[in-house]
Amino acid sequence: MPKRRIPILAKVVGVVIGIYILIRFVIQPPLPFSLVFMYMSLTVVGVLVYVSIYDDVWNEFTLPIEEFFRGRSDRGAVWQGVRLIVLAMIPLFIGWGVYNKVKPSYNPPAEQRVVHPAPPFEVAGLNNPLRQRPEKYQDYIKLGSKIYFQNCFYCHGDRFDGEGHFAHGFNLPPANFMDAGTIAQLQESFVFWRVSTGGPGLPAESTPWNSAMPKWEDMLNTEERWAVVMYLYEQTGWKPRTWQ
Amino acid sequence: MRYRKGAITLLALIGVALALPAMAAPEEAYRTFLGYDSRIAIWIIAELHLMFGAFVLGVPIFAVTIEIIGWKTKDPRYDKLAYEFTQLLSGAFGFTATLGGLLAFSLFGLYPKFMDYLSGVFHDVMYIYALLFFVESITLYLYYYLWHKMAKQKGLHILLGILLNVCGTVIMMVANSWASFMMSPVGIAKDTNQFIGSAWQAMNNPLWHPLNLHRFLGNVAFGGFVCGAYAAIRYLGAKTQEERAHYDWMGYIGNFCAVCGLIPLPFAGYYLGREVYSNSAVMGNNMMGGAFSWTFIIQAILIGGLFIGSNYYLWIGMHRIPGSERYTKYIKFIDIIIILCFAVWLTPHNLPLSAEEQISVGGQYHPTLKYLGLMSGKNAVVNFIILSTFLSFLLYRRANLGEGIPFSKQGAKSRWILLGIAAGLILILGSYSNYLFHLNPAALDLPADKAKYFKLPAILLLVQITAMLVAVAMTFMNRGKIGQMLYLGITIIDITFVLGVYGYIVMAVANPFLRNVAVTQWMTMMSSLVLVTTLDVFLFKGAPQVGEMTWGKMPSRSQYTLIFLCVFIVMLIGLMGFIRSGLRENWHIYGVMQDTSPGSWTPDNALMAKVVSACGLIFLSAVSFLFWLTSAAEKKAHKPDEGPAAHPKAAPPAHEKTARSRS
Repeated sequence: MPKRRIPILAKVVGVVIGIYILIRFVIQPPLPFSLVFMYMSLTVVGVLVYVSIYDDVWNEFTLPIEEFFRGRSDRGAVWQGVRLIVLAMIPLFIGWGVYNKVKPSYNPPAEQRVVHPAPPFEVAGLNNPLRQRPEKYQDYIKLGSKIYFQNCFYCHGDRFDGEGHFAHGFNLPPANFMDAGTIAQLQESFVFWRVSTGGPGLPAESTPWNSAMPKWEDMLNTEERWAVVMYLYEQTGWKPRTWQ
Repeated sequence: MRYRKGAITLLALIGVALALPAMAAPEEAYRTFLGYDSRIAIWIIAELHLMFGAFVLGVPIFAVTIEIIGWKTKDPRYDKLAYEFTQLLSGAFGFTATLGGLLAFSLFGLYPKFMDYLSGVFHDVMYIYALLFFVESITLYLYYYLWHKMAKQKGLHILLGILLNVCGTVIMMVANSWASFMMSPVGIAKDTNQFIGSAWQAMNNPLWHPLNLHRFLGNVAFGGFVCGAYAAIRYLGAKTQEERAHYDWMGYIGNFCAVCGLIPLPFAGYYLGREVYSNSAVMGNNMMGGAFSWTFIIQAILIGGLFIGSNYYLWIGMHRIPGSERYTKYIKFIDIIIILCFAVWLTPHNLPLSAEEQISVGGQYHPTLKYLGLMSGKNAVVNFIILSTFLSFLLYRRANLGEGIPFSKQGAKSRWILLGIAAGLILILGSYSNYLFHLNPAALDLPADKAKYFKLPAILLLVQITAMLVAVAMTFMNRGKIGQMLYLGITIIDITFVLGVYGYIVMAVANPFLRNVAVTQWMTMMSSLVLVTTLDVFLFKGAPQVGEMTWGKMPSRSQYTLIFLCVFIVMLIGLMGFIRSGLRENWHIYGVMQDTSPGSWTPDNALMAKVVSACGLIFLSAVSFLFWLTSAAEKKAHKPDEGPAAHPKAAPPAHEKTARSRS
């Protein structure tokens, strides 16, 4: 008995649905819509590229689609019925999409926040003055420790992992300094600037910004702010990003 | 005669442009463009000038290369093709010059104070620029109009072509120095912001050479894709099979040249980006993590489109190669790899999230996918995409070749050439490995204990050298194909899976060293391209053809792909122009001269998309007009005795072969 071959259109549909299930339901936590859309678009492009390389494959792929839209009188009633239902569903589906798009929503729109906004020009070139006095390094670390536990640890946690007492009351959550993607990727001057100006001091291009970080320059002097930055690097083991 | 007029107009424009500094009125800082936004006007004019400039600088590079191939192989098809490429230049050159003149007028007219400052710095260089333009235009016209007359003095004619390229490249470098000075000025007095350096100092600013390299390669890719689109349009409108065969071949060469420029381009872009960051952390932050980071996602889409499109075109092209069926089974794997790599490349570090999504993800970053958004992951996949594209070319190249002469029977010359190339590569890789072993961490502002992180890339380079020796030895034992695949495989493992993952560790603990990891990846990848190509040449030396290549047998969708590639590269060059210029934000000259005009704000992505699309549309319309002019002129000049002899082997048109059954 000859082996029955799966039609190419069915294979394509199977691959696309399979990848959608993987992206949408298997990967956890669930991916945001923007990424699902991006990955699915790529999947469709990849599949279409493959089936359109060879004329015979392309013809086999497009023929059932063409037949479906053109209609075939030699097919049975079931086929005709399914065809009519699908054809009717296409405008209904589009209408449903349009309805969802235009109906009022109470959800805030997706945010394209700039997570690492550029610091003001004058901040970028700053160097930590406390590092110029290595003989007082331990004193500054002590000072930084005191400042941190008086002001920062409530949100950023005593393990520097952003899991302080108040952490879950905020959205955005406080930064996790132990994560290789936070202060390890930043210059010391940048961290100093963020500590100093907090959420309110972010530049316009970084809005909308929901950071609850206070503006510490109103409450701590310059030395205290540099000291706490030094303390963070000391405790986490990261090195500030340098010139590269 | 009309070309002489064109040259005179060009010289007049240059003269006026040079006289304009004296006409500028520095008291008035800004003017409007006929009552409209001067910034948008300058943006569009500069972008169009740049697009035409890229075309007229890119095309001569491969026109001369093809001419040299024709001269050496004595194959008239190459000469005809090189001439046809050059034909496209003459009209485009006039457009470039006119737009250059318009740009100069507009800049001096709309931004007199800024241009007063800039011409104060560069006025000496501007005269040299004008002189070079003059030499370039003369060279181009001589190169083009004496083509047939100098048919017997081909060497001299090629020399003219090389001179044309040298002039073009130096002109580009001079103009780049102005643009890069605006981004990374040097020779400035800190207290007064006055320029106190020399013109050479200003030219030789930190971003000059990174920009030169990036634009040079970009121009080759741009010229190739635009020529590819020209060939595609001519193919689609071709009346005879001979014409179809010729333009099919031309499209293939255009795409090939473009991909040659495209392959090293991501690394040149990375080099430029790193230098931007080194020069100014603010610019660097804005570029990759700040206001411009979304434009890089758009850039990734466009570049991904170029790679996918180029590969797709090659894969379809396998149709016309008898014997290709031996290799087509690999295509689906290359397709999957490219799509997967592209997905990684596209993944942003910082996701656009709704409030609900933010809660379900648990913050701004996805715990798993956040790693794909970082530079190390991107570097790994870009190298993998390049190697996959290279593999497509390799399969295409060997598709209709049978078994070559065994290497052991190819004589001493082949052995010495292979050994020489391998020795050169070993020297380069070995030198860099040695450099990494002895690199002082203090040179990267790192503490001494970080030196241990330099060892792995250095060792991997030694692994590559060992693999290279094995591959060469296997070639000597007539097992070169296995040697090739061994080297290619080890390269992929090293740069994608080992260094790609290692890059994350380096980012976290010895960040400045990441650039050396990237250089190691690039050098390894380039060594693979050179060695595997060299081996391929020897492996298939004297190989019989399985069948005759049948040009002109391509389905229409392949030609639309070439047009799509052209549109993508035009949009890409427009987008990158915006990013490079926009990074200065509200500064004419970064940190020195502030832009205080009403249009000093940084455009949002919506405005950028509109203006770049408008530029693309205008450029493509103008180029279509030029293509039409060229083909009309060609038809007029066509003689009946010029015929199929100059065309590649023709095949029956694709549509005649494809009969679709409909029941």
